Amino acid sequence: MTLSTRGAQTPAVLVLEDGRAFRGRAYGAVGETFGEAVFSTGMTGYQETLTDPSYHRQVVVMTAPHVGNTGVNDEDPESGRIWVSGYVVRDPARKPSNWRSQRSLDEELAAQGVVGISGVDTRALTRHLRERGAMRVGIFSGEAIPDEGTLLAKVRQAPEMTGADLSAEVATKEAYVVPAIGTKKFTVAAIDLGIKGMTPHRMAERGIEVHVLPATATLEEVYAVRPDGVFFSNGPGDPSTADHPVALMRGVLERSTPLFGICFGNQILGRALGFGTYKLKYGHRGINQPVQDRTTGKVEVTAHNHGFAVDAPLDKVSDTEFGRAEVSHVCLNDQVVEGLQLLDRPAFSVQYHPEAAAGPHDAAYLFDRFVSLMEGQRA
Amino acid sequence: MPKRSDIQSVLVIGSGPIVIGQAAEFDYSGTQACRVLKAEGLRVILVNSNPATIMTDPEIADATYVEPITPEFVEKIIAKERPDALLPTLGGQTALNTAISMHENGVLEKYGVELIGANVEAINKGEDRDLFKGVVAAVKEKIGYGESARSVICHTMDDVIAGVDTLGGYPVVVRPSFTMGGAGSGFAHDEEELRRIAGQGLTLSPTTEVLLEESILGWKEYELELMRDKNDNVVVVCSIENFDPMGVHTGDSITVAPAMTLTDREYQRLRDVGIAIIREVGVDTGGCNIQFAIDPTDGRVIVIEMNPRVSRSSALASKATGFPIAKIAAKLAVGYTLDEIPNDITEKTPASFEPTLDYVVVKAPRFAFEKFPSADATLTTTMKSVGEAMAIGRNFTEALQKALRSLEKKGSQFAFTGPVGDKAELLAEAVRPTDGRINTVMQAIRAGATQEEVFDATKIDPWFVDQLFLIKEIADELASAERLDADLIAEAKRHGFSDAQIGEIRGLREDVVREVRHALGIRPVYKTVDTCAAEFAAKTPYFYSSYDEESEVATRTKPAVIILGSGPNRIGQGIEFDYSCVHASFALSDAGFETVMVNCNPETVSTDYDTSDRLYFEPLTLEDVLEIVHAESLAGPIAGVIVQLGGQTPLGLSQALKDNGVPVVGTSPEAIHAAEDRGAFGRVLAEAGLPAPKHGTATTFAEAKAIADEIGYPVLVRPSYVLGGRGMEIVYDETRLASYISESTEISPTRPVLVDRFLDDAIEIDVDALYDGHELYLGGVMEHIEEAGIHSGDSACALPPITLGGFDIKRLRASTEGIAKGVGVLGLINIQFALSGDILYVLEANPRASRTVPFTSKATAVPLAKAAARISLGATIAELREEGLLPKTGDGGTLPLDAPISVKEAVMPWSRFRDIHGRGVDTVLGPEMRSTGEVMGIDSVFGTAYAKSQAGAYGPLPTKGRAFISVANRDKRSMIFPARELVAHGFELMATSGTAEVLKRNGINAIVVRKQSEGPGPNGEKTIVQHIHDGEVDLIVNTPYGTGGRLDGYDIRTAAVSRSVPCLTTVQALAAAVQGIDALNHGDVGVRSLQEHAEHLTAARD
Repeated sequence: MTLSTRGAQTPAVLVLEDGRAFRGRAYGAVGETFGEAVFSTGMTGYQETLTDPSYHRQVVVMTAPHVGNTGVNDEDPESGRIWVSGYVVRDPARKPSNWRSQRSLDEELAAQGVVGISGVDTRALTRHLRERGAMRVGIFSGEAIPDEGTLLAKVRQAPEMTGADLSAEVATKEAYVVPAIGTKKFTVAAIDLGIKGMTPHRMAERGIEVHVLPATATLEEVYAVRPDGVFFSNGPGDPSTADHPVALMRGVLERSTPLFGICFGNQILGRALGFGTYKLKYGHRGINQPVQDRTTGKVEVTAHNHGFAVDAPLDKVSDTEFGRAEVSHVCLNDQVVEGLQLLDRPAFSVQYHPEAAAGPHDAAYLFDRFVSLMEGQRA
Repeated sequence: MPKRSDIQSVLVIGSGPIVIGQAAEFDYSGTQACRVLKAEGLRVILVNSNPATIMTDPEIADATYVEPITPEFVEKIIAKERPDALLPTLGGQTALNTAISMHENGVLEKYGVELIGANVEAINKGEDRDLFKGVVAAVKEKIGYGESARSVICHTMDDVIAGVDTLGGYPVVVRPSFTMGGAGSGFAHDEEELRRIAGQGLTLSPTTEVLLEESILGWKEYELELMRDKNDNVVVVCSIENFDPMGVHTGDSITVAPAMTLTDREYQRLRDVGIAIIREVGVDTGGCNIQFAIDPTDGRVIVIEMNPRVSRSSALASKATGFPIAKIAAKLAVGYTLDEIPNDITEKTPASFEPTLDYVVVKAPRFAFEKFPSADATLTTTMKSVGEAMAIGRNFTEALQKALRSLEKKGSQFAFTGPVGDKAELLAEAVRPTDGRINTVMQAIRAGATQEEVFDATKIDPWFVDQLFLIKEIADELASAERLDADLIAEAKRHGFSDAQIGEIRGLREDVVREVRHALGIRPVYKTVDTCAAEFAAKTPYFYSSYDEESEVATRTKPAVIILGSGPNRIGQGIEFDYSCVHASFALSDAGFETVMVNCNPETVSTDYDTSDRLYFEPLTLEDVLEIVHAESLAGPIAGVIVQLGGQTPLGLSQALKDNGVPVVGTSPEAIHAAEDRGAFGRVLAEAGLPAPKHGTATTFAEAKAIADEIGYPVLVRPSYVLGGRGMEIVYDETRLASYISESTEISPTRPVLVDRFLDDAIEIDVDALYDGHELYLGGVMEHIEEAGIHSGDSACALPPITLGGFDIKRLRASTEGIAKGVGVLGLINIQFALSGDILYVLEANPRASRTVPFTSKATAVPLAKAAARISLGATIAELREEGLLPKTGDGGTLPLDAPISVKEAVMPWSRFRDIHGRGVDTVLGPEMRSTGEVMGIDSVFGTAYAKSQAGAYGPLPTKGRAFISVANRDKRSMIFPARELVAHGFELMATSGTAEVLKRNGINAIVVRKQSEGPGPNGEKTIVQHIHDGEVDLIVNTPYGTGGRLDGYDIRTAAVSRSVPCLTTVQALAAAVQGIDALNHGDVGVRSLQEHAEHLTAARD
């Protein structure tokens, strides 16, 4: 068979820890990689997904068959690099087309050393993960791939996601400031557990000067910026390992500083309030999830990327060390807790992504809610 | 909050006859809505004049009115039924406009009927261009994005001419307000074009208003489908990207779902604008679609328009995503919110989400320009396609190639063999959008065009262009590979190549390619359309094929019946066939079978996942059907495959399916051949002792002349093996015979031309019947209003026949039985007869469901297609009578004397087409079918039924005013009595000199008017065409002799179309119209539901 016209067709294979394998072609860098296999159902926003630090150590399967159509630009990434540990697509674009495109996704993946695979039945793989749950996976590409038995053994040696403490690996090492756009109204200390670039931007748009602090920041460092509010970001890993951020948050709650958490930040609030967290079978990853704001009854279509969730009662107000708490948001697909709020202190969080990027802007009002809390505290 | 408790009954308005721009998709939406409302316990009252719809089946609504959709008739229905609410958003522009005028004339208020689904203010904001511009401006104010194209609103031609300067010159776009399918809109490149397009637009617009706008030709075009509930929850159901850039109506474009070339930021911006618009317009409970244009160079977004109702695009979006927009719109209208409605497909998740696709959907339009040879085939912002096919694949190339072969039209698939054309010529040709431009582009690529050259010529997005190159590269590999190995075949199949295409490239027969492929173990798998990209398990088996790894077809125990649908709608094969397929599915499901539907037409009820137990959204080619049969045979037992109900498309596969071992049930392929093959059918007739008109076949002019000389002129000539009377013509003399033969490109020794004696002045009769091998059930006998020679699809007809006696029915019954038996029919047969000089000639027989089955079924209150499906699977007529599916005794030939009279009238698409000079196309009826749809008028007497059919099809017959009469010589005698009647009804007659003379001699006064060819008189006397254009004529009678632009009649008839004046082109239609006018002038015309008619009929039968 001639290889000339359809580009290089280096073979690749994807092996799941339960032994199922899919053969395809190398995409991006050639080599091998490991991680937790998860699927994302968004039809747009691959650049945002790839650069979301929450995907650290995960191999992302795209359910949308065509990926790379709009190429890569320097405006849309959510962080300085691609974080996914591997990438699985069905039909990569041969030619990107968009007025903002600067290079192809294939080139970008290769340049950043991200091993991917294309040409596999991503729907079969997704159904497999849906039925069996997220699991470890390896992608191997190159001219000489060992037999599947050898590969399977390698996959099974890779670390699991449960119990992984990853925030420090992705968070900034140095504090930095995102200035307010227009008149500065508030100062917020944002704990970077794997923060996406759009989050401080959404705050800055509302006149907030955001001091992004490393995951290891202490309570003193937080209050050193004289914050009107404290923010806990999204991030990768198992929330049950996040002891330092939980302790930090408890300190913030004790002082009744307005507090807002997103994603990992929601799980930390859950733990700070004494709720447990658990791993979902295959997680929520997509930009079409219906979430109901229980305070208004309205439904918002939202961006999700979480494999863990908070275990809090849906049907009642809970008494916690920091006063009464309730579940403010719930996913209508499966009744998973999607938001928490304290009734006696100015603190709330959501499990999903109001900053979107990628995804709908329906939940952007939550940033306004954070602003209201800070205004309330001042008054 | 659950549904509203203050609404107990709802009136739903349908969309009326199928016309270009408003087709079967509204039967799909309306049927869904009626079923939902009924299931909610509401009394559903429906009005729709189109009998070929599932929605007008008596079991879909509680009271079904097959009456004209005019404010007058709808008011009568409201007065009788007193509904609490009116749902106007599911019947297209027709329903919306009717509802608005009933609001404006105070009828809704008078009877206390609440408009639900959309309020008047929202409808006006969405539809009125000036108000909508205000909406877009308000949205920009709020969210910072979205703008309208720069434009000016004009109400006069002076406004129009002045407007061009304010927009910065030509080209400009003209868009009339309140017309459907973009009727009357177009691009003007200079003042002459502008005057023509805008003049027509001002006339077409009910508010005499056109919008003139900056040109955004060549920009990327997108559409979003949105839904909103009373709690202000909004979801975007689907994004659609047009393959053809701006300049081609979206109904005429190849479209793709989801959008392929938007980043998330750009997509979310469209979504934000869309949501802000639906809120600003104020659609509180229901759906809308919004169209956008994006400048490919900088991303500037322009909002083009919105429809505050269910639309063709929403039907497509529903099929493309599995999210049933109309069904959910109906639920929202009665008070539910999105989060209270479950997603049918997952059953577990709510409808308040946005579907995500793990496949690609491509829709391709089906045109009928071959029916209108003088029409300009350039695609513009006025929709011209008559149907569409949709295909689903796991990637764009697979979906595209499946869509192109679903069109089932010669040359619609990419061809990679044959001479390579001239690159420059092909690129120049590709600049102009036409039916099949994508094939021209592929030929340009074959001729060496680069991606940049293709983009420059067409402005098709570079990503799509690259996909075409990918297809071409695979074709090259197929051509150059030493052997056809598994890798190469699999790769070609993954990009949608059919076995036939591979065979053509490799010089192999299709079946050889298939054998090789099967031997290598390469077969498609079937994936599920599940709204959620497999995130949740799907409960609804809605499948599409793909060359991928894992199949999702579950095993079953019940025997399955596979029903093959009719593919894209086209003239001659439309919604009527879908109707029969859907009925078969319902009947067989009731009889205990698992029903499996195969079709590729997104507009239909058959492709609703609710209709059958399993749905395969697949092309109807031999290869695709064989693979489905294979997949289903692995899943469980197959009782049979039905090919008889979907028209010529599945019928044409019959023999090949049988040859491949597929159990075809019903009339056998051999019997089908016996009816279709001229020689074989001749033997059937001879054996039964039945006469056919004299005929012969010829391959040269000399042969044709010899036959014509022997049987005498006029003769009916046509190519063999055609549908819908394609190329059929009545030839009155040798000169025309010679030119016909020389013009006809399809004549060859293997494809001879058929020459039949034409029976002048004969009465044409259509019969639909069931035969089970022993017993005949005469379904109905239809007497055509127009004489033989006008295609039965274009002719009006009455049932029961109005001038035939018991003896004639007896003869028809005997002949029908003789043919059904001789051919070997098992199921339905349709036969056309001509009664001439007291001889009953057999014109043709079709051993399948015909176009008239739904009409006959409704007129006689008997479900013929259901019965046919059961007979195919072994039931006898006696058993079906026993069961109650057929009447206990009697049939459609023995209707009681007081049975209602039903009149079917055809609806023609004349106003859609213009020739290259911008003039209308001729409206004369002939043996070639050109109607797109039909209406039914039903009443106790013929005159009223006929008047209703006219009101439903073209608008009410005039009851007074001026009638213009100009007839061919042969019609002059038969014109006198009806003309006298018109005068008696107070009409003032106008006639050209010849006709006026004849009238005068018969004591009828008529004003003599100048022919168009005579020009205006010395004192400025107007010609008839000027009179028509000036709105001074209320009824036109113009019968032609031959056709062609050189004749005076052409100008008269095209003027009639552009002014929407009723125009009768046969004297038989005149006679019927006079009876109709008489009925209208004599007292009140009432309305009666089909259920009441049926009750009456059943009582009379017992």
